[in-house]
Amino acid sequence: MIELPPFLLFYIAALVAAVLPRAPRLVLMLAVPLASCAMLLQLPTELSVNLVLMDLQLEPLRVDRLSRLFGILFHIGAFIGIVFSLHTRDRTQHVAALAYAGSALGAVFAGDLLTLFVFWELLAVSSVFLIFASRTERSYGAGMRYLVIQVISGVLLLAGALMLYGQSGSLRFEHIGLNGFASVLIFIAFGIKCAFPLLHNWLTDAYPEATPTGTVFLSAFTTKVAVYALARGFAGTELLVYIGAVMTCFPIFYAVIENDLRRVLAYSMINQIGFMVVGIGLGTALALNGAIAHAFNDVIFKGLLMMSMGAVLHMTGRMNGSDLGGLYKSMPVTTTFCIIGAASISAFPLFSGFVSKSMVMVAVLEEGHPVVWLALLFASAGVFHHAGIKIPFFAFFAHDSGIRTREAPINMLIAMGIAAALCIGIGVWPWMLYDLLPFQVDYTPFDGSHILAQIQLLVFSAAAFAWLKVAGIYPPELHSTNIDVEWLYRRLAPRWLRNTTALTRQAADLGGQACRNLGQKLMRLVLDHYGPEGTLARAWPTGSMVLWVAVLLGASLILFYL
Amino acid sequence: MQEKRHLFDEKKNVKRVLKALVLACVLTAGADLVYHRHVVHPFEGLWGFYAIYGFVACVILVLLAKEMRKLLMRDEDYYDRDD
Repeated sequence: MIELPPFLLFYIAALVAAVLPRAPRLVLMLAVPLASCAMLLQLPTELSVNLVLMDLQLEPLRVDRLSRLFGILFHIGAFIGIVFSLHTRDRTQHVAALAYAGSALGAVFAGDLLTLFVFWELLAVSSVFLIFASRTERSYGAGMRYLVIQVISGVLLLAGALMLYGQSGSLRFEHIGLNGFASVLIFIAFGIKCAFPLLHNWLTDAYPEATPTGTVFLSAFTTKVAVYALARGFAGTELLVYIGAVMTCFPIFYAVIENDLRRVLAYSMINQIGFMVVGIGLGTALALNGAIAHAFNDVIFKGLLMMSMGAVLHMTGRMNGSDLGGLYKSMPVTTTFCIIGAASISAFPLFSGFVSKSMVMVAVLEEGHPVVWLALLFASAGVFHHAGIKIPFFAFFAHDSGIRTREAPINMLIAMGIAAALCIGIGVWPWMLYDLLPFQVDYTPFDGSHILAQIQLLVFSAAAFAWLKVAGIYPPELHSTNIDVEWLYRRLAPRWLRNTTALTRQAADLGGQACRNLGQKLMRLVLDHYGPEGTLARAWPTGSMVLWVAVLLGASLILFYL
Repeated sequence: MQEKRHLFDEKKNVKRVLKALVLACVLTAGADLVYHRHVVHPFEGLWGFYAIYGFVACVILVLLAKEMRKLLMRDEDYYDRDD
């Protein structure tokens, strides 16, 4: 068996798909993740392939329990996404999706920081086409902003990696930890891709502008690569506990008032990544296992929710909560899948999110962070509220929008069906996933206390929603834009730049005017003295000349005798 | 042709869902009286802690978010307009 890196098949397929006619292209796209996953499972569980390039010790392929799990996850995510996008006739999207999935695989199997950097940038460049593919002015702008921010993240990573190389002489990607400037650069690079608070806005800006199928791929890869990188490089960094806690809480407020349902899911994605970041920050075996398992589950249930919204967008052309409603009548199957995704993200017992989220929560309390724990509990109730209830409610129930459509295309339903089956499968038989986790932990997934507590939390959250809705307190869905950090670079900075240029121009105008005035004054002065009418150009009478000569001679005579 | 009436077109079905929810609340909160949850932190063990926390959290979330709208909400084409 040759040890081929898993990204290779995807890259080759992307090249071939660029020229292949539609029918064989679809077959190829379905075959690649299956073949590549089979190859990955054949690889030994611990493997390191080294390469020396211009004296640099590189490790383009490293397999261990952590990278292997993410590798399997990305194959599943790619396969589901490909099935979901089979109906599109857009070659660009197909090629971009294959290259994007390949880049994600390249990044998680990168054993050194330089290889990681290369795939880090390829992730950005390949995925942006899924945003551009909407072919609207909005998506073009969002895509450009996305690209700039992702490339900045890559540049920070490269700078940090080179500085580390200068200090230690090694590029190996292992635990970095926060010490020194170089590690801070890498931390921020990971943080941008991970959507840390204040660095998060590219996600909620760009993901909802991608195509219905593109968002499914986007939600699977970029942020999860960042979670993987944080887990490898910064496990046990306490700062992450607090960053993660903020990430779980602030997006849910935006999610409640946001109208675009895919943007609601984008905010909810930051909230879910928050749980993973907290787990990584704690760094114990239980917390890391929980964080990684939650990343795994999130790709599938967030993918499922994105797919159900993608199906709605594909069939109705609308994505705003204010324009949708009553679709359970015409899309009952999609509705059911959406509810399964909603139950999983809300961590209902027997759905996939339950065990992984409980692991993180228990670890938080055990490590003595009760305030963070309360914040996460608040976020758990909140996520049920905005993703678990709001998404299915406003899309499929609520008031009848009058839209009558048909069920989504069969390939979309199959993709959603696979994801829904995994959500329930992992929920009911958690060992399928938990035996693959990097650490051996003794944890009882189904314990009466947890189950009861979680059900109480969810039932009463639902009651709160119902009460607020019935009492008419719940804020209506409105056509609107909510200001977020992006305001700084979409509004303030351009305005400031425009004002500064205007000011500079004014200053230049004023300066120029002053110079001209000064010049004119000088010229007038010269003309006054030397010009044709000037003092020095006057003809002087001979008499006065003689008089002056006499005065001078007289003066010198007096001086001589003194 | 009259369109087929669906599940939630009947007001009584909506009422049923709400009643079921109230029943679920009573049952799960009641379970706290008979089932002793083992806890890691003392405040977890208070009667109905998760139930009350879940309800209050969601109400606060929605009320705060509603207030945030006053500060943050702009027109849909806010960034598209050049002013």
